[in-house]
Parts: sequence; structure tokens; C-alpha cells
Amino acid sequence: MPRQIQSIERAAAILRLLSGRTQRLGVVELAGELDLPKGTVHGLLRTLQHVGFVEQDPVSGKYQLGAALLHMGSSYLDGNELRKRALNWADSLAARTQEAVRIGTLHDARVLIVHHVFRPDDSFQVLDVGALLPAHATALGKALLAHHPYVASELAKQGFESFTAATITDLEQLERELRRVRERGWATELGELTPDQVSCAAPIFDRLGGCVGAIAIFGSPERLLTARQPRRELLAYVREAAGAISRELGAIPW
Amino acid sequence: MKERYLAAIDQGTASSRCLVFDRSGRIVAVAQKEHRQLFPRPGWVEHDPLEIWANVEEVVRRCLAQARLEPSDLVAIGIANQRETTLVWERESGRPVYNAINWQDTRTDQFVRALAADVGQEAFRERSGLPAANYFSGPKIRWLLDAVPGLRRRAQRGEVLFGTIDSWLIWRLTGAHLTDVTNASRTLLMNLRTLDWDEELLEVLGVPRAMLPEIRPSAEVYGEARGQLAGIPVSAALGDQQAALFGQTCFDSGEAKCTYGTGSFLLMNTGAQPVLSSAGLLTTPCCQIAGQPPSFALEGSIAVTGALVQWFRDNLNLISSAPEIETLARTVEDNGGCYFVPAFSGLFAPHWRSDARGVIAGLTSYITKGHLARAVLEATAWQTREVLDAMVSDAGISLGELRVDGGMTANNLLMQFLADVLDVVVVRPIVAETVSLGAAYAAGLAIGFWPDTDALRSNWHIAARWRPAMEPERRERGYRKWRKAVARAIDWVDEDDREEDGR
Repeated sequence: MPRQIQSIERAAAILRLLSGRTQRLGVVELAGELDLPKGTVHGLLRTLQHVGFVEQDPVSGKYQLGAALLHMGSSYLDGNELRKRALNWADSLAARTQEAVRIGTLHDARVLIVHHVFRPDDSFQVLDVGALLPAHATALGKALLAHHPYVASELAKQGFESFTAATITDLEQLERELRRVRERGWATELGELTPDQVSCAAPIFDRLGGCVGAIAIFGSPERLLTARQPRRELLAYVREAAGAISRELGAIPW
Repeated sequence: MKERYLAAIDQGTASSRCLVFDRSGRIVAVAQKEHRQLFPRPGWVEHDPLEIWANVEEVVRRCLAQARLEPSDLVAIGIANQRETTLVWERESGRPVYNAINWQDTRTDQFVRALAADVGQEAFRERSGLPAANYFSGPKIRWLLDAVPGLRRRAQRGEVLFGTIDSWLIWRLTGAHLTDVTNASRTLLMNLRTLDWDEELLEVLGVPRAMLPEIRPSAEVYGEARGQLAGIPVSAALGDQQAALFGQTCFDSGEAKCTYGTGSFLLMNTGAQPVLSSAGLLTTPCCQIAGQPPSFALEGSIAVTGALVQWFRDNLNLISSAPEIETLARTVEDNGGCYFVPAFSGLFAPHWRSDARGVIAGLTSYITKGHLARAVLEATAWQTREVLDAMVSDAGISLGELRVDGGMTANNLLMQFLADVLDVVVVRPIVAETVSLGAAYAAGLAIGFWPDTDALRSNWHIAARWRPAMEPERRERGYRKWRKAVARAIDWVDEDDREEDGR
């Protein structure tokens, strides 16, 4: 039988203990439960804290499960379920903005398109549900990455493919962009995947505040931009749609 | 100028919804609430009418709150409803005398077979456009009159009222006892040419005229609502499938849609003259706008499509939500050779075999729940194929594209398979909520909110398109296997089964 990695087993035991209690636990209590030296437990907690799986309360010094871990568990929503719940709002967004709409989820650090509504001008378009798009070069991807810590740096290890002159290929630049996305509540793509395509996206949250997807409009620079910035009313519609879907999933409106 | 809105109440088989629309036909708010499906015996399906009314009131309240609108922001209310579902209530007290008997219910099986044997299906089709079948309200009214002590006498005296759900809601909203032509046409009691109750049909089915509602056009002001919507005109009522045809702007002959919900319904507008079917379809009126002559449609009704997914979820617990069926089905490449014929209430169009029950054929030890999930979805597509073949044969028109709507259009795997087996382009419009939209359109036309149907056509835009991509041999092989599975579903119910179920 293959040997397990001891530190992972011990980390898992710590996480289980923390998730099983309503109160925070300190190093001494954890060490007692696990029958391990305090120093060992302390070292494990430091690394778990670094990756965001554990948080330390500044007042008591005791530990609890970290936000990143909670979001990881709850931020999965079946793409078909998401599409079903979002369908009316996605249609409505397409009707109001007169642009094509796509909903995407994060799948293996890329954006999986789970829903696509045609631009309502009855022009020839092809349904691309199931397509995988690069996360760093799309508004959908940036909206998703902004709420999934560590995925961007994981992606950086593979290198960022450049699609146009405007594609972000540098991790620091991407992380600055993701910070802006978190602050503003929306993301844009300005000719970063294909030169003549602009997209604006907003994240979709579920009941536990986890980001389960993102919704975006897609169109030409002429229609979506004014003074090379996305038109404010279009951004507002995208955010409203994302908000409505999030409410539908039980997220608390703000 | 202040923006005005329309409210549509969509009272369906599984749930009640309220939707608010703006002038461009865009959805402003939606609220939904499911009601209980009651199965007192195998083959019996009922709803609680008071639960339905309470739910309708609740979803109206929630929808307006969500839209941040007052009732005074509404110009009119339109109703779309599950058809054929039958209820009888006391005129004085408003109390239902029994649960609503749902369209899927098969308790009238024996009675209907006797009717067909005595009078002949042709006679029914000629007068009403429908064959004698469990499906329709007339036999269900007869069952109630026979089963509930004293009811027949009270019905003859007009002390109790019959209605389909539209009548029930209009009565509760306005106090008027009426129905529209599309709902009346589903009773097996209405004459297709006069659009009035047919004396001979009433005689044969033994239903007293005194209990029946007045038949009115689908788009006309029926009265003003009371209660939370006080003062707002109720100005449309449409059977849900006719509402969807209207919402899909199929106003001209040859235009067709299929709605994919609990059941699926393919309707094709055939213009001003009713076309009688020789291939197992129904002839039924489309929306009638007050002051205008009616138009008619051919209809292929498929009883169990989305209901099969719900059954898979609720009875077998193999999925925890309906959309998961697509996830599960995608875990395999194909159906593994198994075919599911969901004849839970017998087979409707085009076979009309009330003696059929559900069958899963082609099982081997290879089959997994993924294959079953595939077969569940494919059943919807194959049933559509059968109905479309019949429609093309009756109407003599081949279909260029099929407009689809309803909850199951969210399922991409199903939509692609549908295009594949029909060998027709399938398109979904923006606003797949065509049932409610149709009711809103009709209500708006009745009060002049829109001038005519051309104004409504300009609201219709394509949201998605699926093109056929299956090799013809594979399609033919699959259809052959499907038809074999159907043959195994037929001729299941025996006399002694009926004795247990029917009384």
C-alpha cells in the first residue's frame, strides 16, 4: 500500500477539527486533540494560514477555517443548473443591451462557456456552449479569477499565451487588474482575445458568497465603448443581471 | 410618460408563476411557486385548487415587489393556464367540491373507451376536433357527477360551477364565470364551428349546461380584478399552449412552435379554417381576439417529457435537480442501446393509446444511470419526431425551422438531439417564456396597449440555433428502435387493472 504524505494528513485532521466545532481552537487544544507536539501543530497552522485555509483571530489568537476554503467548497455549481437559473436574466440582458451574452464558469483554470445568447439582430451566429476560453484574456475570466485566489498564480506557471498586442502576459499586471476588478465589481476585455472584440463581465455569487460564474456581453468596440471606456449603462445592465442571478441563487443583495 | 406594464399569470401543471412584461415584451420580474402533485392512486393525478389560488396570490405579490411596482403600474392582466384540468366548485361558498382532476389523470379510461365504442371517434372529431380521450375535461366532469353524491342534481340547478383553471382564476379575481374558446375547446363539449357548447356532446357525456361557463374570446376585457390587483382589467385567457403559439408570434398559417415543459406540445397555425387530422393530431382554436374571426391550429400533444426528468429526480433520486440530467447524460456518449417510452398516462399524439404504460427497452448489464439519463432526454426528441411526421402529413407543409420554448430549452444536449432527429433547424427566441408572453400580448391587444400583431412580431428575436448534425443512417436506426420500444408500451393495461384504478 502506498504511503500517505504525513503533513497533508495532519493538515486535513486540523481542518476537520476546525470545521467540526463552533468555537475557534488554539494551538494547545489542537495539539492535544491530535496528540502532536505544539511546535508541529504551529508550523502546520502557519502554512495553512499562508494559503488561506485557516484564519487566526487577532484578539484570542485562536484559529478557524479560512474564507478561501469555504469558498472553494461552495463555489461549485453545476453549469447546467447555473444556465437554467440564469436563462431569463441572460435573455433579458441580451434584449436590453442588444449584444450577445455568455455565462462562464471556471474549469481547470479556463473559462467554460455554459450559456450563450445570440445578439438579437437575427444575424448569423453559432452557438458556442462548451467552448473553453483563456481566463487571462477575457472579461469573464478576469471576473472569475478575481474571486478565486491563487488560480492566477497557478496559471502563471504555465505562462500566459498572447493573443493580441493587448493581451496581459505578466502576472503582476494581471493581479493589479484583478484587484481593480474586485474593487469595481466588473471586468473588461478590450481587444485582448481578438482585436475587434470588447467584453464586459460581472461575477455571479451564490448563497455562501462564493463566486460560481460570471456573465458578460460581447460586441464591437464601436458599440460597447465610448472614449475607449465601456459605456456606463451597459456596465450597469451587466451588473444588474449578475446581481439578479446571484439573488436567484440566494446571495444577499447589496 | 410613465412606463406601464402587463402582468401575466401562468398557472401551469407543476407551478404557478407571475411575470411582469414591459412594452418591448421584456421580462421585468418573475415569481414562481410549485404546488403539490397528488397521486391518490396509480394513474390518478390531482391538484388542490385552494393551494393553487393561494400560490397565485403569493406569486403576484412577490413579482410586483421584485419589480418594485404598484398594481396601478399595470395596464392589464392576462392568464395562461394548464388546460383540461377540471374543477367544480360551489357558486355560493366558492368551495371546491373535489380536488382539481389533472389533464394527465386516467381514471376515466373505461368510460372513454365505452364512449368511443358507442359513438365512434369520428363523431367526436367532427364536432369538437378531438378524439374521446382521458385527457379532456368532459369525461372528468362526468366522473365527478357520478362519483360525488348529489352533485348531478346541484349541477342541474346551477348551484355548482365547472371550470378549467382559467375560469377558476377569473372567478376568484372578478366574480365572473367564463372561459375562453381555447380552454372551452379542450372539454370535448364545444362545437369547433359555432364555438359554443354543443347540445349533442353535452347529451352524450351527460353534462348539464347550467354548470358551464360562458365562452368568450381569448382577448377581451372580462372584468376588473378585486383584491390586491383591484381595478386592473383582466383581459385575456388562453390555454397555455395556445398562449405559447401567440407568444412565439405564430400568427400566420404554417408557423409552428413546440413548447417543452412537463409535457410537450407542437402546434401549427393552420389559418382561418379548421383542419381535421387523420394522423392522430388535435384540431383546436388559436387565440381569438374580440371582434375578429378565430384561427385554428393542429396540435400534437405529448404527455410526458419534462415530467420524466422530474420523476427521475423525485422518484428515483438519481439527480438532485432537473438541470443535472444534462450533466449525467453527458457522462456517456449515447444511450447505450436503451430507449425509454414514458407512457405514464398512456400514449397521446399520435397514437392515442390509453392502454399503454411506460417501458424501458434495450437494457443490458452495460447500461448505467448515464445511459438512462440519455434515454430520458431522447424520449422527448423521438416523441416530437412522431408528432411532427403526423403534422406534416395532415397539413401537407414541411417545416423549415421549429421554434421552441419552455423550460427544457435550457438543455443544450436535448436541443441538439432534437435538431438531429427531426432533421430540422431548431431555434429558440429571446424570452423563452412564451406562454406568459402570449397571455401578456393578448391582454395588451385587448386594451389597445399594442395596436396589432405586427407590433408584436418585431419583438421576436432569435437567441440560439441548433442545426441537424446526425448521419441519416444513425437517425433511421434510432427511430426504428424507438418505434419498437413504443410497440412494447402498447396493450399493457388489462380489464382488471382498470377495475382497480377506475372506481
